[in-house]
Amino acid sequence: MMEQDLWHGRQGASPNLADILERVLDKGLIIAGDIKINLLDIELLTIKLRLLVASVDKAKAMGIDWWEHDPALSQPRPRQLAAENARLRKQIRALETATLETRR
Amino acid sequence: MSTASYTYAVARPFNPTQAAGLVGVDGAAIHLVRHQDLVAVVSPLAPADADETALRARLETLAELEVIARAHHRVVAAVAACTPTLPFRLATVHRTDDRVAQLLRREYRRFRETLDRLAGRVEVGVKIYVQHAGAYAGAMAAAEKTGGSGSARAGRDYLRNRREQRDRRQHAWRRATTAAEEMDAVLAELAVDRRQHRTQSAELSAAPGENVFNAAYLVDAGRAEELTARAQRLGAENPHVTLEITGPWPPYSFAGSEEGT
Repeated sequence: MMEQDLWHGRQGASPNLADILERVLDKGLIIAGDIKINLLDIELLTIKLRLLVASVDKAKAMGIDWWEHDPALSQPRPRQLAAENARLRKQIRALETATLETRR
Repeated sequence: MSTASYTYAVARPFNPTQAAGLVGVDGAAIHLVRHQDLVAVVSPLAPADADETALRARLETLAELEVIARAHHRVVAAVAACTPTLPFRLATVHRTDDRVAQLLRREYRRFRETLDRLAGRVEVGVKIYVQHAGAYAGAMAAAEKTGGSGSARAGRDYLRNRREQRDRRQHAWRRATTAAEEMDAVLAELAVDRRQHRTQSAELSAAPGENVFNAAYLVDAGRAEELTARAQRLGAENPHVTLEITGPWPPYSFAGSEEGT
């Protein structure tokens, strides 16, 4: 019981979530399990690398999904960008062709 | 669908009555998978969570992540309180207990060596903050005093104020960083090992200022108080910084094999 107090007595039963996440997500020995969760792949956790440790409690107070509405934090969508690029290139080609034809 | 085995840590065998009633993720009871003089601390994961997609989805929700992270920490901390413990990363999941036993066999030597290094030791976290309180408030007040007239002079004053404020901020940051380096050197003397962590972001935290330094020290359990007291004293002696001391923690930051930082 004395030993238990070493862990739970001194810093209270629930240490700061940011400090816990910093340790359990970012530290601790990495073992490849059979069910492979690469924590770095998880969308939230890439955000976490920027914020992580920024107070998650505060994040929660702001609404759990708040980062989804923040353009600086939301994931870029490469596929959408690529599609838009392709569409724009096609338009440019069409315009170029049209311009060349009118000159002739 | 079957269950899976969530592993929290590897540890030296301990009296299971010390972990009686200990529950992990989803409130599942803890059991031990043993191989020679090592045990893995495991709990079954409900079938609904026992595949990658389901577990990922849960971890991507902050509220769920919090529940799982706290459960993980609760188990690791409870086990570390009774025996040398090597904490695993969150969400280490095997198909069955047999696979966990295989892991213990395969990595036996590495686990033994790491446990030897961590035995009887705990981690103490130290974060150092610099205060910028009043910097913006001061500028706003100055801007309001001169502002409103729209004159060129008001604009110049405003810019000068902003510049001075930025310089003060940089000066405070540099002074705090230097102080942090000095404190780190003192604390590292008391520690067996240290790891520097990323500083925690300022705008979003309710922390007392801007985090300029964040580190963990591995100490013999008997010296954790001494290091904590020393850190507190260093903080009290320096009016320019605020220290936040956490722990003692199970030695999460030292579970990897690399020495030093």
